[in-house]
Amino acid sequence: MRKSAWRIGAAIALISAGITGCGASPAGTAGDAASVAGGADTIKVGLLHSLSGTMAISEVTVRDAEMLAVEEINAAGGVLGKKLVPVVEDGASDWPTFAEKATKLIARDRVATVFGGWTSASRKAMLPVFEKRKALLWYPVQYEGLESSPNIFYTGATTNQQIVPALDYLKEQGKKSVFLVGSDYVFPRTANKIIKAYAAANGMKVLGEEYTPLGHTEYGTLVNKVVQARPDAVFNTLNGDSNVAFFKQLKSAGVTAKDMPVMSVSVAEEEVKGIGVDNIAGHLVAWNYYQTTKNAANDKFVAAFKARYGADRVTSDPMEAGYNAVYLWAEAVKKAGSTDVEAVKKAAGGIALDRPEGQVTIDGDNQHMFKTARIGEVEPDGQIKEVWNSGKPIKPDPYLRTYSWAGGLV
Amino acid sequence: MGAVINQLPIGLSIAAVLLLIALGLTFTFGQMGVINMAHGEFIMAGAYTAYLLQDWAGRQAVPVALPVAFVVAGLMGLVLERTLIRRFYGRPLDTLLLTWGVSLLLQQLARDLFGAPNVQVRAPEFLEGGLGVLPYNRLFIMALAAGGVLAIWIYLNRTAQGRRMQAVMQNRQLAAVMGIDTGRVDMRTFFIGSGLAGVAGVALTLVGPVGPALGTYYIVDAFLVVVAGGLGALRGAVAAALALGLLNSYAEFWTDASLAKVVVFAAVIAFLQVRPRGLFVLRSRALT
Repeated sequence: MRKSAWRIGAAIALISAGITGCGASPAGTAGDAASVAGGADTIKVGLLHSLSGTMAISEVTVRDAEMLAVEEINAAGGVLGKKLVPVVEDGASDWPTFAEKATKLIARDRVATVFGGWTSASRKAMLPVFEKRKALLWYPVQYEGLESSPNIFYTGATTNQQIVPALDYLKEQGKKSVFLVGSDYVFPRTANKIIKAYAAANGMKVLGEEYTPLGHTEYGTLVNKVVQARPDAVFNTLNGDSNVAFFKQLKSAGVTAKDMPVMSVSVAEEEVKGIGVDNIAGHLVAWNYYQTTKNAANDKFVAAFKARYGADRVTSDPMEAGYNAVYLWAEAVKKAGSTDVEAVKKAAGGIALDRPEGQVTIDGDNQHMFKTARIGEVEPDGQIKEVWNSGKPIKPDPYLRTYSWAGGLV
Repeated sequence: MGAVINQLPIGLSIAAVLLLIALGLTFTFGQMGVINMAHGEFIMAGAYTAYLLQDWAGRQAVPVALPVAFVVAGLMGLVLERTLIRRFYGRPLDTLLLTWGVSLLLQQLARDLFGAPNVQVRAPEFLEGGLGVLPYNRLFIMALAAGGVLAIWIYLNRTAQGRRMQAVMQNRQLAAVMGIDTGRVDMRTFFIGSGLAGVAGVALTLVGPVGPALGTYYIVDAFLVVVAGGLGALRGAVAAALALGLLNSYAEFWTDASLAKVVVFAAVIAFLQVRPRGLFVLRSRALT
């Protein structure tokens, strides 16, 4: 009996090693390369995303986009004549694991920089590690703002490049009341604080504010509350799989985008596929990039991504921001002539590149990006059609210092 | 006031989902004492069965997948029982760890096979629309839950196999002495329990996400229903699902979703203080 139990344990260990081994194969090759970031003819970079657990659904796609950027840069001759060697680690949707893996990448692998994270919780867990070890993190997802670490570059939108323009758009469309629906954690709660301050200053009514735990799947009651409140629009900061349940149950309750559009800030092309386009067509989203954004850089990105990962794959804003992060870092390294963190930071300010979303410029003061805000509508084919944009890149203002109504927030 | 009345059918539909995911567990956990953490992954397997059948059955994938998912998830359960769980009977803590590991393996397997993002299962046309506040897809889930309960009741009480299953549940040694092949009964129980999880998975594609983590969203609720209902008691599961569904719906209506979860958990804990063995207790003279 004992013996057979051991055999089973060994079998499970083997199987799981095999499975995780597939996911992390790029990490395996990294071990053979030079051990120091600046050493020999290679530069190590860390990619730290959740490849397992509840956030894998989103973060794997960003990892894919970052790998593509690394491969493209290598194919074009690398950086400073050296090839980039990606070291992939799994944050496993667990915030302490992110901190632990970040420490491992910095201290043991001695990577020149890390691209990683998705949830604000993972970023907040990694922040002290990067600050203490004077290392560099590129964070690729839109977030709630109110942060500006000297050791992080934020390539996704801050609130004045996504949430504020989304509210401007709703106001412009004559929407006078909103209902706030979000997941119960730091991003939605902070975002809703900003939304309430905006609404108070702009004569918009907030008819309700509801939070559900991450992974919540029962939206009957919440939909009932929304329907009873009869808002002109719903502002949705739900994250992850809950969006699928919410939109399915909203649709089956007979609520259409015509009577009550839902403006989502965490639903992109990839999520639309999982929600089912029947359930979300006509609703609104706010981002800085769509697969349909028209320009040469994007045509090239979409074609390269599909060639590398399959024609059925889609590109989305966080993927594009991750893809950009690698290019922006490479550009800063070229400009600095070294991978030294302080030199790269100094060189980064003012770097402007034509990216799939349009021109992106690094703001040296707060290490966020100038980005163009874009409001989109989900089309019946699952793609997102841009219905409004800010015309030019918006200067990042993570603390909303230039908005008088936001005075009480910081 | 209208909203308060609206909450009643919503509560009933939550209860139907709870009942559907817990039905299979009343067999494997309730009757066999196996804490099967992989039950959620059998639900997931059912959902992916519907997804795969879409290529062939188009929008009728959900009804077509119901029997197929029963067999697919049932066979997965059978394999798990024969290869692993069989060696761990009478050691509930070990089965908990073991099946939790299996659950993680199956989730990662799904991620490697189908990709990490959610996939879409289109609902059949006849389930679009609804009656008042109750969408047809919710009515479908309620009907399925009711049908499932009825089928199990008939199986347990009106068939020879079902009666043998009850006998093993009440007193394993005595049943074995009477000539019942308890090993076979265990296999059958696990097949049916897991198969019911597969059926639940197909139904859940109508209201929730279809992805590798699907099972984890439901597994805790499923255990809650079985524990509150009393191990192995079908009517206990029905009563507990109804009570928890309605409590959830009203608690969320008057507070919010996070607090409603707290209320439900607190209620179950308080209830178990009064009735530690759940609503309905199976009386047995077995020396367990």
